[in-house]
Amino acid sequence: MQVKFSNESREDKIFDIFITIVFILLLFLVLYPLYFIVIASISNPDLVSSGQVLFLPKQVNFEAYKYIFRDTRIWRGYANTIQYTFFGTFFALLLTIPSGYALSRKDMKGKNFIMKYMVFTMYFGGGLIPKYLVIKNLGLIDTPFVLMVLGSFSVFNLIITRTYFLSTIPIELQEAAEIDGCSILRFFIAIVLPLSKSIIAIMLLYYAVGHWNSFFNGLMYIKSDHLYPLQVILRDILISGQNLQADSTDMDYILEMERISRTIRYGVIIVSTLPVLILYPFVQKHFVKGVMIGSIKG
Amino acid sequence: MYTRGTTTVPHKSKLKTSNMSKIKGNFKKTWILYVFVLPPMLYLFILHYIPLYGIQIAFKNFKPAQGIWGSQWVGFKHFITFFESYHFKSLLTNTLILSLYSLAAGFPIPILLALILNYCRYPKLKKLVQTVTYAPHFISTVVFCGMIFIFLSVDGIVNQFLMLLGIDPILFMSKAEYFRHIYVWSGVFKGMGWSSIIYIATLAGVSPDLHEAALVDGATKLQRMFYIDLPSIIPTAVILLILNAGQIMNVGFEKAFLLQTPVNLQYSEIISTYVYKTGIQSAQFSYSAAIGLFNNIINFILLMSVNKFAKKVNGISLW
Repeated sequence: MQVKFSNESREDKIFDIFITIVFILLLFLVLYPLYFIVIASISNPDLVSSGQVLFLPKQVNFEAYKYIFRDTRIWRGYANTIQYTFFGTFFALLLTIPSGYALSRKDMKGKNFIMKYMVFTMYFGGGLIPKYLVIKNLGLIDTPFVLMVLGSFSVFNLIITRTYFLSTIPIELQEAAEIDGCSILRFFIAIVLPLSKSIIAIMLLYYAVGHWNSFFNGLMYIKSDHLYPLQVILRDILISGQNLQADSTDMDYILEMERISRTIRYGVIIVSTLPVLILYPFVQKHFVKGVMIGSIKG
Repeated sequence: MYTRGTTTVPHKSKLKTSNMSKIKGNFKKTWILYVFVLPPMLYLFILHYIPLYGIQIAFKNFKPAQGIWGSQWVGFKHFITFFESYHFKSLLTNTLILSLYSLAAGFPIPILLALILNYCRYPKLKKLVQTVTYAPHFISTVVFCGMIFIFLSVDGIVNQFLMLLGIDPILFMSKAEYFRHIYVWSGVFKGMGWSSIIYIATLAGVSPDLHEAALVDGATKLQRMFYIDLPSIIPTAVILLILNAGQIMNVGFEKAFLLQTPVNLQYSEIISTYVYKTGIQSAQFSYSAAIGLFNNIINFILLMSVNKFAKKVNGISLW
């Protein structure tokens, strides 16, 4: 809490100046790289690599984006990821919200055992290989289904959801509904859900970002090119340094693509991260709220 | 005796039936709650509990054709092979160093950030710093590592700035020694804002009375920070430290894997990336399952002991 007091000491003034400088440095440290990627993606690559593009774009052109928009692999990855994120998040909400509510009710017998059953999985697991074998035996390797299912339930999110219900749905409300002969299912749908818009928003965002950014599961369980999620394709382009697909055998086209490959990479970062960064300022408060609820009880 | 017996028996059973009917009545009302928890329980059963059964392949010579049960027992053979292999020492040191270094750098910085944000005089600046520092948390690991490669390349932006300052370009990505610093400090950068949220929330709960009393006594901001704010953060910090300590052997696979190059492999090969390579890429299922199990057991023991220790020392515990 900030307490106002008129006669500040000299030390306090120095302290204020010092922390303000730290804040400005921090802002620069985070914002500048993002800004640089934007200007580098629309500048002449030769000027970028010779260090002449630091604060303003030079010789603005959208060549890189032209190549990116012609690359079918990126857009297929995009479409796949949208599909996985949509269905995955839908499953996740279905698994998390009702069970979080059930475990918050006092009249549920055996909920302590169920909580232990769930929390145990956070601390001990079979490891990568046994899990891989289970998924293999289920015949899920290289199916879109595996990327929708994995990452669609997290015990940590369940605990956050449960804590939310514990603190927002008063027992009186539940008792009043019971006296009126309202069944639990009806109570949940007609009264609890409308009161839980904020936890639904939080969970939706947590799971959606998780699915959007998920790389490992795609690497592990997907083998066919046409099923790859966006992140796996981004790895090929950004880290393994693969070129975009040349849909033409024109030698000039390929050579030009080679020349601006660095610029293309900047453009790919923008194209792939844009949805998250545009949405982020608007939904930031929900994310923060989720952390707060989670912190009530570890 | 006989009469007493006859009188008590029906009484007891009556009690029992009334209890039973109560439970039944309760279940009639609450059965839907069990329907609610069934899907996630099933999910965890299939993806966490069935793999526990598969752990036994670590002690067997697993052949897919023979199945998990049918494969031949070999006892601790794979563990011994791993302990005696020339990779063992470097994998363990790489994993531990990356993890402890990350903890040492990544743990205090969010606390510092929260402490100084608490004294920011301009609410708008505070809000802006928060929004901006949380943002890297949402960039995917792949894109983030891609940015590291591009920015730290020979003609990358970091070297451009170094050259402006008259310093020769540094070959960040092609010198193995830099790997650990790059890994840890990029992680600090990505996570510091997000990890500070919990401390900011704790600080918001500190009673203003304490600060007023300190002001009356002429305490400077720095003194208030050390004697009022810092102690009030400590319980939260200890809980988070326990959680982190329990994850010491779980260095994130993705980032280490993505930042790996043939050049830095001597520092960047950690247990999880090695398990992936031997298990999935070269299909040595039993051997890599044994390594994975070794990792998980150490982790579990660490978590238990740190928790016990913290409980003893200051009564803070996870459960």
